[in-house]
Amino acid sequence: MTGILLKQQAFIIDDVDRQIIRLTQSGLPLVSRPYHAVAGKLGLRVNDVISRMQLMQKNGIIRRIAAVPNHYTLGYKGNGMSVWDVPDEQVNELGKKVGALDFVSHCYHRPRFLPGWPYNLFAMVHAHNKEKALLLVNTIAELLGEFDRGHDVLFSKRILKKTGMRLIS
Amino acid sequence: MDELDRKIINILQDGFPLVEEPYSEIASQLGINESGLLSRLKNLLKDKTLTRFGPMYDAEKLGGAFSLVAIKVPEKEFDKVTEIVNSYDEVAHNYHRDHEFNMWYVLATETPEKINEINSDIERRSGLKVFNMPKLDEYYIGLKLTA
Repeated sequence: MTGILLKQQAFIIDDVDRQIIRLTQSGLPLVSRPYHAVAGKLGLRVNDVISRMQLMQKNGIIRRIAAVPNHYTLGYKGNGMSVWDVPDEQVNELGKKVGALDFVSHCYHRPRFLPGWPYNLFAMVHAHNKEKALLLVNTIAELLGEFDRGHDVLFSKRILKKTGMRLIS
Repeated sequence: MDELDRKIINILQDGFPLVEEPYSEIASQLGINESGLLSRLKNLLKDKTLTRFGPMYDAEKLGGAFSLVAIKVPEKEFDKVTEIVNSYDEVAHNYHRDHEFNMWYVLATETPEKINEINSDIERRSGLKVFNMPKLDEYYIGLKLTA
């Protein structure tokens, strides 16, 4: 199999950017002027903070600034990892189609481990219960048609660990 | 959680502006005042309806690496292996799933090399083979959950 994923194109960020990241990676300040608050702590002007964050957003270092809801609290209790064995030649084209479905969050091409693990396309589906999640999996199967050479769905039984990721310490 | 909370959760999943008074801007879109929005938001974070609020950084673009790793753990060894896997700070998530491949963890490390290092260490300590499944390609990230 291939090794680990190679680093994507690295964008140049400097120490000031890293300080901004360090201060905001666990969340944006909940005050009227959050970017002023960040600027104040770092001895910067607010416009510097805003323009640096705009640039990081443009370069994809910041995917977006947004709220992340807890699936379970919102009533999404059927969260399944659907896994698919599709032909390698078609995986990119099919992955894009599956990823575009509105009930699919993450969608990835990953390596197979034959013979025990034939699946190369992963799509997380989210529904209010397991039965509804299985219907969504059927929708994916219909979309893939003849390219679905086998699939499975893994539901989580228990969260063993879930921590926020520290990007920069 | 009432109707206003739902509206706040939905609007804040769409993105947040990079302007001097962003909460005020969102509040006026919702027809409420800024302090009302801030106190609602604090409560939604406190009661864990929201897991976080702020910039989502792409760890790989910052030079880090991620991988999803699976292990087939015999049931009677499950607690022991959980303890081993969870002992690493680099293990960000770990899920028990209903499958022969029953343990799935996410590694987030500062360097790509560290992924293999930790996986080898886990293999050595658990005596089990780990299946490293890094993403080869990504088709979509980000889902809006309607509250």
